[in-house]
Amino acid sequence: MSVGIIMLVHTAFDRAEQVARHWSAAGCPIVVHADKNVVPSAYNAFVDALSDMPNVRFSKRHRCEWGTWGLVAATQSASRLMLDEFPHVRHVYLASGSCLPLRPVQELIDYLAERSQTDFIESATTSDVPWTIGGFDKERFTLRFPFAWRKNRFLFDKYVAIQRLIRYRRRIPNGIVPHMGSQWWCLTRQTLSAILDDPDRPIYDRYFKKVWIPDESYFQTLARLYSRQIESRSLTLSKFDYQGKPHIFYDDHLQLLRRSDCFVARKIWPFANRLYDAFLTDPAGAMKRTEPNPGKIDRIFAKAVERRMRGRRGLYMQSRFPVEGRENGLTCAPYAVFEGFSDLFENFERWLAKVTGARVHGHLFAPERAEFADGQSVTNGALSDSASLRDYNPRAFISSLIWNTRGERQCFQMGPRDVIKDIQWDIAKDANAQISVLSGAWAVNLFKSNSNFADIRQEAARLQRIESKHLEVLRSPWTKARVRIWTMAEFIEAPMEPLQAIIDEIGKQNQFGLSEVPKMADLTGFGQFLQNLKNQGMHPYLMGDFPVEHQLHEPNKDKPKPYLVR
Amino acid sequence: MSLLSEAGMAYRLRWKRRRLLFRALRKRRQLKAIKDRTARILPDQILLFSTIRNEAERLPFFLEHYRSLGVGHFLFVDNASDDGSAKLLEEQDDVSFWSTSESYRLSRFGVDWLGWLQIKHGHGHWCLTVDADEILIYPHYQTRPLPALTGWLDQQELESFGALMLDMYPNGALEDQKYMPGSSPFETLDWFDSGNYMMQQKPDLLNLWIQGGVRARLFFKDRPRRAPTLGKVPLVKWNRRFAYVSSTHSLLPRRLNQVYDVEGGERISGVLLHTKFLDSVVARSSEEKKRAEHFANSKLYDDYYDALSSNPTLWCESSSRFTGWRQLEAMGLMSKGNWV
Repeated sequence: MSVGIIMLVHTAFDRAEQVARHWSAAGCPIVVHADKNVVPSAYNAFVDALSDMPNVRFSKRHRCEWGTWGLVAATQSASRLMLDEFPHVRHVYLASGSCLPLRPVQELIDYLAERSQTDFIESATTSDVPWTIGGFDKERFTLRFPFAWRKNRFLFDKYVAIQRLIRYRRRIPNGIVPHMGSQWWCLTRQTLSAILDDPDRPIYDRYFKKVWIPDESYFQTLARLYSRQIESRSLTLSKFDYQGKPHIFYDDHLQLLRRSDCFVARKIWPFANRLYDAFLTDPAGAMKRTEPNPGKIDRIFAKAVERRMRGRRGLYMQSRFPVEGRENGLTCAPYAVFEGFSDLFENFERWLAKVTGARVHGHLFAPERAEFADGQSVTNGALSDSASLRDYNPRAFISSLIWNTRGERQCFQMGPRDVIKDIQWDIAKDANAQISVLSGAWAVNLFKSNSNFADIRQEAARLQRIESKHLEVLRSPWTKARVRIWTMAEFIEAPMEPLQAIIDEIGKQNQFGLSEVPKMADLTGFGQFLQNLKNQGMHPYLMGDFPVEHQLHEPNKDKPKPYLVR
Repeated sequence: MSLLSEAGMAYRLRWKRRRLLFRALRKRRQLKAIKDRTARILPDQILLFSTIRNEAERLPFFLEHYRSLGVGHFLFVDNASDDGSAKLLEEQDDVSFWSTSESYRLSRFGVDWLGWLQIKHGHGHWCLTVDADEILIYPHYQTRPLPALTGWLDQQELESFGALMLDMYPNGALEDQKYMPGSSPFETLDWFDSGNYMMQQKPDLLNLWIQGGVRARLFFKDRPRRAPTLGKVPLVKWNRRFAYVSSTHSLLPRRLNQVYDVEGGERISGVLLHTKFLDSVVARSSEEKKRAEHFANSKLYDDYYDALSSNPTLWCESSSRFTGWRQLEAMGLMSKGNWV
């Protein structure tokens, strides 16, 4: 009793020969099918090379076009020959020229001997498993596919469209239930011969000839009719990418393949010398008697699909440049934007860094330069503080900054003095942004400044105009950032609660609440200052209502208490 | 309307491509074959095309690197070298080279010359077009040579492969680290800028216009538009009807420029390690300034050459030290895409 190997070969004959010798040395008879597209000289050389082995046969050659009947026909011929020529074969293992045995062949033989009635063939109904890529899951069985997709893509597509248009449906013969699965199977003599000798085989063959990719469904469906015991899995490790193309294994996959404990892997890059050397010359191996476990290495393939389809969030590079709306976030991590806080509080940045542990920058979009934390002129990733570089592409600036500082929360200040026109929409639409605004707080700086009142009035009008536009942006329905807006007057009534909420959201939990509050600027006379602006015809409204007279909510001059200890 | 303008654009670009091909055809007369070994090129070999001028210093490592990656044949255009580059090339069995003393700039920075060689020899091959100071690396390059990559690209039905040009520089003033020809330039040029790149999509050719890096940070911070372009498409499954447009930054037909994903995913890409900043660059810069052959409006770049001539330090506190491709992959400077 032994295992017979069918090898479907169309290229890399030296490797195929090497693997054939490996199988043969372990006593496995081999039937080789070479694609009819192979040029005669190459084929003859291959036949010659294998001629010294007594247990190798060559089956009738068919033309194998991907996705068409040829592959099934080739498998049928080879199976027939195998069953007839080698009567002691009990399991037939379908492999290709780029398959590589990963474990000693004797382990496979023993494994199958213990499961003498079991067919290993991945076989699932299309309705239950949405595997297929390209949309043809049910349709591959109910439409006709006479054209090869690779060669006649135009005809293929048109013919499908026409059939869909006229709602053509094929009848599935004898009520068989279409199943699909990996084309690499291992069937028992009983099952395989039942399929090949079925009196209805011409009917099935005729039907499957026009099915799309029949090599993934012919045996998978018919095995269900005869098998005593189906193990619906393939003994061949073979992974497919998001387009349904097989992953190729290279030298650096050696450990990965070892870890899988699978008997055979496909497909191997023909020049992966290290893999071929390691697996084909391995003496006897460890005889682990473990179950194949391709699941162990699934994660790495799942990650590749994720990377190809979704990419790394917040990364812009030469091979990832999402169009607007598909970027899945402008930035890669949450960050906080504070507007007006550093005007109202004298030591806000230092205080914020202390209570949150975050990196707190100044005004990153200041007209003069990007005010990085600690006065740096170049920060992580060699990002420059040059205003013209920043303004040349502010989106790249902010996404680079957040990307370069992955793992560390970033906070920065913003205000109407800054160059925000080109970036405010991007930040507002970024779900990673947490924006807290004290509207009108820019007036504090003007209030403390030593300029002429006429200039102050003009500047106040300009800043108010910019900020009110900015607030419109933040309140627009397209904004995805977490936005909080207080008028300055409203905020200084009760600053602790909002501050606490913002700090909590930044993350670092402080069990005892805020032990320090930042020091508020001295606002004595601020109400009068605003009134003066009003008297000059410039109505500052963004800061809310400040009475002219000294009132309760202004810091009490008699009891200066910069730090509140709870 | 947009359909119409699309069609108009496609039409214009088709003629532009024909014009470029015609230029290449005319410029072939400027090339004189010194050593033509192209008869040795085998059908599936990967070919490398390069225009050089006085690169005897870089060539030994260059040839070694690309040979070990599996390049089958090198095709050089030697633009009037006088430092022994020609002799060096002549000794290599897998090198064919042509010589010319015509203007590099008027040949669109060598593209016209190489264009002719690509028409003649590149058709049907995977062609790598790089400068002598560009060392291509890509995910898994140490274990998977170029034929593995191009085989996989073929399987994925991709015709082109994009890369970022990454300026490598030493820690310290440029002239302080002496380079020994033949050794790896990255023993001294082992620092780079990791996260200051800016990109935008060109509306006509659809290529990504990438700028930034150390040169933008130091020499072009006041006029970022002038900063050198860093996106390249160096590896292409060539057809004799293809043509590079400006250096290897973009080519026609423009579908070849779409080496990036616009739906949020990552395609595979590599990095061209740029060895421009060897110690010799300081002396060379004043010469290049005089020759004015490297930029279309060379006058605009005088300051840049002056800065380089003054033996500057490019390194800064936030520079990153190069450790290998996995580092660049993790930093997002290249991507494995779905090449597991």
